[in-house]
Amino acid sequence: MINQLSILLKKEKASSNVIYFSMNERKIKNSFFRIGIILFSLVTISMVFMIVGTLLYKGYHQINWAFFTQVAPDTFTAMMAKSSGQSIPGGIVNGITGSVYLVLIASLIAIPLGVLIGVFLYENGKKRYAGIIRDIVDILQGVPSIVIGLIVYIWVVVPITKGYSVFAGSVALAIMMLPLIIRSTEESLKMVPETLKEAAIALGTPYYKVILKVLIPSSITGLTTGILLAVSRVLGETAPLMLTTLGNPAINWNVSKPVSAVPLLIWQFYNDPNMVDLIWSSTLFLMAFVLVLNLLSKWIAARQKR
Amino acid sequence: MKTNDINNNITPSILSIENLSIGYGEDKLAVKDVTTRFKKNAITAIMGPSGCGKTTLLRAINRMHELYPNIVCKGKIKLFDDDIYEMSTIDLRKEVGMVFQRPNPFPTMSIYENVIAGYKLNGIKLKRSERDEIVETSLKNVTLWDEVKNSLHKKGNFLSGGQQQRLCIARTLAFKPKVILLDEPTSALDPIATSKIEDLLVDLKKDYTIIMVTHNMSQAARISDNAMFMYLGELIEYNSTKVMFTNPGDPRTEAYLTGKFG
Repeated sequence: MINQLSILLKKEKASSNVIYFSMNERKIKNSFFRIGIILFSLVTISMVFMIVGTLLYKGYHQINWAFFTQVAPDTFTAMMAKSSGQSIPGGIVNGITGSVYLVLIASLIAIPLGVLIGVFLYENGKKRYAGIIRDIVDILQGVPSIVIGLIVYIWVVVPITKGYSVFAGSVALAIMMLPLIIRSTEESLKMVPETLKEAAIALGTPYYKVILKVLIPSSITGLTTGILLAVSRVLGETAPLMLTTLGNPAINWNVSKPVSAVPLLIWQFYNDPNMVDLIWSSTLFLMAFVLVLNLLSKWIAARQKR
Repeated sequence: MKTNDINNNITPSILSIENLSIGYGEDKLAVKDVTTRFKKNAITAIMGPSGCGKTTLLRAINRMHELYPNIVCKGKIKLFDDDIYEMSTIDLRKEVGMVFQRPNPFPTMSIYENVIAGYKLNGIKLKRSERDEIVETSLKNVTLWDEVKNSLHKKGNFLSGGQQQRLCIARTLAFKPKVILLDEPTSALDPIATSKIEDLLVDLKKDYTIIMVTHNMSQAARISDNAMFMYLGELIEYNSTKVMFTNPGDPRTEAYLTGKFG
């Protein structure tokens, strides 16, 4: 033992020159690489801070009580206010209620369907047709949102609601939510240990109850995370809504009538030189909403790990 | 063949297996033509090296293998005089409970709910007083009552591994089964928790028939009444534990017990 050690030490001494040299070179490479990593990370992070900062700076002065309680003003009122140096009156409550309403109905369609398909894929994971379905779901995720808007226009707006409607918009959003919910359901079910399933089976539990009362409750955090991410994704969608719900200057709760949404209002404000100030506050609101949903889903996911 | 020497002496028998073969696919047999009986109100230990089919045999007794459709199973298993393959799985699993290698209480349920999970999951309605009684007696049976009686409605994740395993045994006892199958119930536990479970099993055998797979030979020697030795899917030797450990009939049993392989 001691003999071996001394041999090792001798070797170390003999080659210490070489080691010293290569260590130096390695240190340089290492620090070069580290600086690169820090630099690029900072660039990425600064994007987010720049976006939030710009929105806050440009949008904060329009955020007030009326912003959340009144509908969007017409262009003439906005022009009058601007010319007399006041901030634009009115708010985006028609957009907020519209967005919430659209996402709510889209969730009612997409969550049950997505969870069911996710359970199906989990159950039949290794079979060939499950693989095909999984590929199709992936393709669906990659379909451009404007294409989904067009398809829903032909499928729902023209034949069913005979005009732009909440329902058509919700269907478009639901189609966009589906792939995310399906995959997150499948993935979070896979995380449930097999032993738990066996425990339930060993108690004589019928299979559908194993899924409903053991597997789904055990993976509920993963499921909610997936659903929240899907919601926050479609909350910002504009293109499909332009082709399906169009927009509405008033609050609307009728599913067969058009409705507004926050991203639609932003687009509308952008096209109206008198309303420019409202763009920033609406965008700030949308960004904050999505950010909160994202943080919420991260928090839920972190709680599960604990 | 010495296999069946003891089978004639097993009275009263509660569970009998006839020509049971189980395979993963047609040609890969994990259990080969096993015929045997299990004694009532006794602990029977099934021993053998890894891959000898002991767990497969155990899981066949409450038809857990049906979870995996590629497993083929031939032969008969009778509980008293009923063929278990003609019983409904819920009736069978009420009579034959199972405890697994790793403690697996349901993480979403409280301790109380875990004990009556069998009733809940099968949609069996019970009065509140009946439920309370089942929970209390089951937990008392596994000597867990005093440790958890003040936190019955909390989730069980603060329990130690040994306590969780006893909770799983309580969950099985709640159905008042005739037979309890244990698949290496202490292999994931520390020595103190293990000895608690062993004492508990010895205590339970007056009311239940216990069949236990174990890797731990000294555990089998300590608590079992009868012992089975399996090798490569065959039942090599089956005898009272005392005879098996002092005077094994088959050279392979002797080799295993003396640690020559396994």
